[in-house]
Amino acid sequence: MSADHEQHPLFLPLVFAGGLIFGFGLGFSHMAQPEVVLNFLTFEDLGLLFVMFGAAVVTGLTFFGVKLFRSDAPLTGTVYGRRLKTLDTNVVLGGGIFGVGWGLSGICPGAAYASLGVGNIFILYGIAGMFVGAYIQGYWRSTSAGTDASTPTAE
Amino acid sequence: MSATLTIGLLAELFPNGISHYALGGLLVGLGVAVIYLGTGIAAGASTFLESTLSYGSSLSQFQQYRASRDWRVVFTLGIVAGAAVYALTFQSGLVSSGLQSGATTGELRDVGGITIWLTDVQPWRLFLGGILIGIGTRVGKGCTSGHGVCGVGSASSASFVGVATFLLIAIGTAQLVQAVGVSP
Repeated sequence: MSADHEQHPLFLPLVFAGGLIFGFGLGFSHMAQPEVVLNFLTFEDLGLLFVMFGAAVVTGLTFFGVKLFRSDAPLTGTVYGRRLKTLDTNVVLGGGIFGVGWGLSGICPGAAYASLGVGNIFILYGIAGMFVGAYIQGYWRSTSAGTDASTPTAE
Repeated sequence: MSATLTIGLLAELFPNGISHYALGGLLVGLGVAVIYLGTGIAAGASTFLESTLSYGSSLSQFQQYRASRDWRVVFTLGIVAGAAVYALTFQSGLVSSGLQSGATTGELRDVGGITIWLTDVQPWRLFLGGILIGIGTRVGKGCTSGHGVCGVGSASSASFVGVATFLLIAIGTAQLVQAVGVSP
């Protein structure tokens, strides 16, 4: 996770390409439309299950399958590992707060960026809100040092 | 008889079909997989919020993401660009697909030959929801992509708990908001 990773000339192009496919998928699945997410949460159209499960199946096969062929990533030398976080009360507390926001608005971070891409300029209200929220918690955690402010939350 | 029942149930649960959802989901996963295969990074979308704030704020909570902030900006620009490619092709009718059912939510508007899509969801819902999302995803260590796609794909117990929590709370919230008559 050091800045050295970015020295490989293909690092940023590959990240961009991955983002491109990711964003196209969110557009194609209509998940970039908050209404579609709200229709899912109110059980009017459960299609979104296929987006999340479809995506998780592909990443799951990739994460576990790649280790059969090699141990580290070609562009960074990073050893292939799973995305594991510590399970603590923050996961539940934060998940709950995120859930209220998601249920109220129908947006989430990735889908919001994609929503901007499909021309939905009104999503800027949501993205601005996300930065305000991220700043509030960052300010709170940076100033309440010593408690759980040092909890690493990368990715 | 049972086949008719099954089809009827499917039509009720999935009024817009499932193919575009499934294909879109596979592409979302593929985007994550491409980055992972090349770099070993399981990329989530919400850390971008904090890592980008490190450009303008010296708070320690944001500065810890200095090393990753550049590629996170590139990842996010890629997401926006990828969705824009969708808008230029399928959304604008340049390319058509039987997999795409015509969604009728929001508003499609023609701007210089390109069809853009605009939400009907009210600005206050987006803004207030955004604030809660900004707080919640960061405290909770992930969002729908970090926990929901990368974490579940990693069979991470923290992510299963995270997804179950935000999914149930979001369902409850959306139902409540609908019940008190807020629309759209």
